[in-house]
Amino acid sequence: MQRRTSRWLAAGALAASGALALTACGSGFSSGGGDDSGALTSSNKALSVLIGSSGDAETTAVKAAVADWSSSSGTKATVSAASDLAQQLAQGFSSGKPADVFYLSTDALAGFASNGSLLAYGDKLSNKDDFYPSLVKSFTYDKKFYCAPKDFSTLALEINTDMWKAAGLTDADVPTTWDQLETVAKKLTTAGHVGLGIGGEYARVGAFMTQAGGNLMNADSTKATADSAANVTALDYVKKLENDGTLKFAKDLGAGWGGEAFGKGLAAMTIEGNWITGGLQADYPDVKYTIVPLPKGPAGAGTLQFTNCWGIAADSPNQKAALALVEKLTSADDQLAFSKAFGPMPSIQSAAADWKKANPTLVPFLDAADYAKGVPTAKGAADVVTDFNSKIESLATSDPKTILEATQKNLEALVK
Amino acid sequence: MTTIPRQPRLSERRRASGIRRGEAASGWLFTAPMLILLGLFLVIPVLMALWVSFSDWSGRGSPFAGSVGFVGFDNYAALLGGGGLAEQDFGTALKNNAWYVVLVVPLQTAVALFLAVMVNRQILKGRGFFRTAFYFPSVTSSVAITVLWLFLFNSTGAVNKLLSFVGVTGPNWFNDPAGILHFGVTTGPAFLENSTALGIPLWDWLGGPSVAMTAFVLLAIFTTSGTFMLLFIAALQNLNGEVFEAAEMDGASGWQRFWRVTLPQLRPTLFTVLTLGLIGCWQVFDQIYTGTRGAPGKTTLTPAYLSYQAAFQDQQWGQGAAIAFLLFVIIVLFTLLQRWVLSEKKVSKRRLRAYRLPETEGGVVAPTGEIRTKERP
Repeated sequence: MQRRTSRWLAAGALAASGALALTACGSGFSSGGGDDSGALTSSNKALSVLIGSSGDAETTAVKAAVADWSSSSGTKATVSAASDLAQQLAQGFSSGKPADVFYLSTDALAGFASNGSLLAYGDKLSNKDDFYPSLVKSFTYDKKFYCAPKDFSTLALEINTDMWKAAGLTDADVPTTWDQLETVAKKLTTAGHVGLGIGGEYARVGAFMTQAGGNLMNADSTKATADSAANVTALDYVKKLENDGTLKFAKDLGAGWGGEAFGKGLAAMTIEGNWITGGLQADYPDVKYTIVPLPKGPAGAGTLQFTNCWGIAADSPNQKAALALVEKLTSADDQLAFSKAFGPMPSIQSAAADWKKANPTLVPFLDAADYAKGVPTAKGAADVVTDFNSKIESLATSDPKTILEATQKNLEALVK
Repeated sequence: MTTIPRQPRLSERRRASGIRRGEAASGWLFTAPMLILLGLFLVIPVLMALWVSFSDWSGRGSPFAGSVGFVGFDNYAALLGGGGLAEQDFGTALKNNAWYVVLVVPLQTAVALFLAVMVNRQILKGRGFFRTAFYFPSVTSSVAITVLWLFLFNSTGAVNKLLSFVGVTGPNWFNDPAGILHFGVTTGPAFLENSTALGIPLWDWLGGPSVAMTAFVLLAIFTTSGTFMLLFIAALQNLNGEVFEAAEMDGASGWQRFWRVTLPQLRPTLFTVLTLGLIGCWQVFDQIYTGTRGAPGKTTLTPAYLSYQAAFQDQQWGQGAAIAFLLFVIIVLFTLLQRWVLSEKKVSKRRLRAYRLPETEGGVVAPTGEIRTKERP
């Protein structure tokens, strides 16, 4: 027994000394860095850029743009595509050696901003006023404009033109109100496909909420508005279409997302963003379709927008160069090149006219920028939305008001 | 957790003396590389995580920096009784995983034992082929198998096609959040709906795994049975043939030989298999990560995945670490419980009767393995 005790003591001592040793290394990291003094760090260190790429086209385009900047500015920069962006960013921030410039989603902004990992450089951008105001709002946390919107996407209605004609519908029948949408969805529903097939999640159903004048949170994500009457109206409407059998969620159709259901011909209409064009071209090139704005609801036009920004790390040793790189990457020329390569819409208003000229069929997506609403960005909102999504999946058999009240309670806990 | 029975010590020397004086030092020297490696990559990280679970570390810089504060049991309290989304999510994850364990551990052990006994028979031709075939899923990467499963259990996939041949309309497997024990009923009696444990109504606790989780249960049985079959084969080949001969001479039937002779001798292996199965099942992560990420309706959320999500997606590092340690406690408790259940106990009088010759003549074996003796006047 004696011996055993001493062995445990030895193990404990080893562990304790190990922990102490680590504490010692730990204190080596600078715990500051995120100071608000306003001065940017500057050095001749190379920049590292971490992106969450959708594929080779995107990686190549970003690499080309960054290499271009490198050769003109003389600062070296390397681009790497993350396999799990959130995880790699978190690892970088905790080790004190994060990537200098990186993609950042609206979901992740609050978490990283609140722990001081991000540099709030928005107000220092020379092209600050050119960004769409609603996008700037999406990347404003605690009244600070954190990062430059990289690009954005909105939702619109995609219609399969062959099915449209087969149902005897003409251009004059394109739905502009909820009632008309209900009518055409009924006409388009046959034994082989439903009228409207959408993803059963907030990111699609939420568009109806904005059309009814609601959303889960207010525009600044400072107040929970989930249980508003407008949201109940919207979910009631979706539930009604579902129970009529004219609307089905993609998963119930056996598809991973709306675009797949649409491409496979399981749905005559779907609600997706501008990324659907690439997906359809690659996987279902034979599907003919047209894109129209989403119909207006009781409170007028509404849709959701999704965006990412170029984050800069507070711990970056070369923030000055990083800012210059971001200004270049968000310039009209670069954004139009990105758009050509992999399809997103430019986040600056001055590039809109050129983009519309280059993409005449996609104009409804960009026009929606005028009335599009962002998704909640409060810290922890992503979890609440996931919870909301899990309840939306069974909307057909549940009470919209109960779902929204539970979500309201969860959102209120975030902004308390 | 060791499975080696305790052996009597040959000598209990207190102090090294004389010629053996240097042995302790060289012993430490020889084990030092392993000790350092284990300490550096196992002990210290675990201790760091333990500290993080009691801190408000936000994921930036070192968790030992001065700005990181000690928050006591706050992280644990939020999970076990916060009343918020964190508690509900943890409750949901525990519920899902508990049902997963309840189904997978017994089934995979039974299937593994069955396969082992089958391929261990001398009569069987092509034993090597079958052994390889059954073991094959275990050596394939779990990501690949999960992707395969997603295809097989698609709403229009092979499994549903197969079911349609026998007139069954298969469910939309990975998208069906309905609990299988609810049998399609969506709302339960009020007293079950209104009383909650960890923020989850009892009605949901009792609902069993969702259809989606059931697909994962099948996946786990499919992949791990082969591994455990191997352990059982090794144990079966170690058994002494003479014991079986003796049992045969005593007139034991094949069924009795299995339950009364083979199985008791497999007890150590059974313990290993159950323990490994239990640990693996409570830690299920890769299938969830590659497959469903908690969907549909959070019914495939597991504590391991929730821990990852809390830390890496939501920057709630303290909570993520706390989940990991709660999981650790759960696994240890279950292992202890199972060790107690499987421990060698004194044979009860009721059981002893089965072995007494005069009273028994051709005992009938019930499916549970109990021998019911026919009483004769």
